Amino acid sequence: MATKIFMEALSPTMEEGRLVKWNMPEGAAVKSGDVLAEVETDKAVMELVARGNGILRRQLVAEGVTAAVGTLVGVIAAADEDIAALVSGAAAPTAAVTPPAAAASAAPTATSTTGAPPAAPAPPAPASSGPTRSSPLARRLARESGIDLGAVAGSGPAGRVIKRDVEAAVSGGGATASAIRRLPSAIGAAGSEYTDQPLTQIRKTIAKRLAESIGPIPTFYLTAEFDMTRAVEMRAAMVAQGEEYKVSVNDIILKAVATALAAHPEVNAHWLGDKIRFFNRVHLGMAVATDDGLIVPVIFDADRKGLRAIAHESRELAARARERKLKPEEYTGSTFSVSNLGMMQIDQFTAIINPPECGILAIGALDDTPVVVDGALVIRKRMRVTMSCDHRVIDGAVGARFLLDLRRMLENPLMLVF
Amino acid sequence: MPIITYREALNQALREEMARDDRVYIMGEEVGVYNGAYKVTKGLLEEFGENRVVDSPIAELGFAGIGVGSAMAGLRPVIEFMTWNFALLAIDQVVNSAAKMLYMSGGQFNVPIVFRGPNGAALQLGAQHSQAFESWLAHIPGIKVVSPGTPYDAKGLLKSAIRDDNPVVVLEGEMLYNTKGEVPDHEYLIPLGKADRKRTGTDCSIITSGKMALVAMQVADLLAKEDIHIDVIDLLTIRPMDVEAIYESVRKTQRAVVLEEGWEVCGIGAQVVDYIQRECFDHLDAPVLRVHQADVPMPYAKGLEKIAKPDVAKTIAAVKQVMYRT
Repeated sequence: MATKIFMEALSPTMEEGRLVKWNMPEGAAVKSGDVLAEVETDKAVMELVARGNGILRRQLVAEGVTAAVGTLVGVIAAADEDIAALVSGAAAPTAAVTPPAAAASAAPTATSTTGAPPAAPAPPAPASSGPTRSSPLARRLARESGIDLGAVAGSGPAGRVIKRDVEAAVSGGGATASAIRRLPSAIGAAGSEYTDQPLTQIRKTIAKRLAESIGPIPTFYLTAEFDMTRAVEMRAAMVAQGEEYKVSVNDIILKAVATALAAHPEVNAHWLGDKIRFFNRVHLGMAVATDDGLIVPVIFDADRKGLRAIAHESRELAARARERKLKPEEYTGSTFSVSNLGMMQIDQFTAIINPPECGILAIGALDDTPVVVDGALVIRKRMRVTMSCDHRVIDGAVGARFLLDLRRMLENPLMLVF
Repeated sequence: MPIITYREALNQALREEMARDDRVYIMGEEVGVYNGAYKVTKGLLEEFGENRVVDSPIAELGFAGIGVGSAMAGLRPVIEFMTWNFALLAIDQVVNSAAKMLYMSGGQFNVPIVFRGPNGAALQLGAQHSQAFESWLAHIPGIKVVSPGTPYDAKGLLKSAIRDDNPVVVLEGEMLYNTKGEVPDHEYLIPLGKADRKRTGTDCSIITSGKMALVAMQVADLLAKEDIHIDVIDLLTIRPMDVEAIYESVRKTQRAVVLEEGWEVCGIGAQVVDYIQRECFDHLDAPVLRVHQADVPMPYAKGLEKIAKPDVAKTIAAVKQVMYRT
């Protein structure tokens, strides 16, 4: 009696799995409970175990291939057992999304009336996963333009990717546009301004599940209270040196955020639907209220600019924003933003992410606050910041680590001279 | 430019070459008094006399052998087979004598001979008289094989074949003899081993020769109305094949259909496909398809014969398939 090996749901939310490795070759004797293969689910790499005894007669899904839960991936049977009917019913993974029982029920008509062997296997259905069929030309064009063929939907027979599909993907037209994914070799070249990272299974699951829960951007918030006493002291000392050294607390915050972002590209990112773009440069947006409404001019390469330059630029940008004299290129291209309502006596608030950015920092008011330091009650300058995080990109711990670094810098502002 | 028949074009070629070179003579069944079974040799006996237009007995092996011997001795014979179906009886002289002599004599004896006659199916001549032998003959090192489809090509290729110092097989078409086309007044030659682009297009290549070149041109003209533009490569010479012309075309169109009159297995198309897959692999957007005669002896029944032959409809279907237009 043959035993079908299916792609099993190895996690509660698993819809498909990648067959990482077959532990047994075709022809190997297996008994129930043996680990047949390793499967990468949306959460982890799990073991696929045998549910019967016999010979592993066929491996129907190759290593590295992703198959939907329920797909027939192999057959265990006696050495001499005829498994042709089982194997022909397997076809491509999409066919197997329908429970295999459905495929089996189609056969009896032929067998019961004529007793003849089952009809020849039907041509494989278009494969939604599995090895990508493609023409040699399509492969060459994909290679030349850095497109991953596996992410291009094929319009040829049996889902074959042909020239027109690659061209559509390259030009960004048609349904395949969203499927464009840069090859690893095409990204992260030395000195590039950003690194594109294709979505992993776990990242895909997080994005899908959390977006279902909250808005198109599944946002969560991290609030921290910083001790700004030293930052305020530093500012007072600088102002005392004369007009030339006059900076605002906000300038110090911008400088600290930019410096922290440079060390945390994982929050300095854009969500681009099928990938995340991590920036190696920091273009800091600063929200400015104008009579017409909010606008966010950008301090480009803010992490490489000194406090004086940031102070000058933020003043100048804010002034021109209010005069509505900003050029479009001056308020686009930011990689992360800061919104400060502290001067309006707002203790704390949540800012809304400016997509495709993945984070924004909301700065509250600076207040004299009683706090306990070394067991004694003292008055300190405290400030609350709240970071809005796009959970598709930034997990809680990731955002928290960024805020921890930001806290160190603002509570010890001499670090900014480094 | 004068418009003449394929038959007249061949006749002109023979007459011009016989007039130019008195070593050229014709031998075969009914070539003299009867003016040829298909009248290709019409008037040549009167013009050149019995020594140069020789009626042979019905003995293909014998007169083919005489032809090879006379070529070794310095003449330039043109051996007419009434059809290539009958030439099977003489295949030993073609394959074992003519094709091998230069090689086996260590270069001492070349064989400047032409074997010519109608090839392929006509209409309802039955299985034994409806065969296309391109692949049989082109298989053999030592002979050249040409297969003209138009009067212009027939004349230019036959003249080159007669002037060539090696055995050349000229595959004519029984159904082609009455077809007409432009042939210039002035003398011209078509070099052996060079293909001719019969139609220019960017969407799909059809590689073909002989009678099928006419089918390919019809296909190209019909598909042009559907905005499908076919590059028709007429090989003209099947051996040696103009592979560069094939590569250039397929690299441009990125898809190809190979159309031939003969059978599928070990056919000319199989060789063309092999060249393409080796040299144009990264340019192909679809598998190369072949159109050919059904893999059966040619049926006598009219309806079955039609179904068995390669034709315009089958070729269009293949083109649309490689263009993913089905």
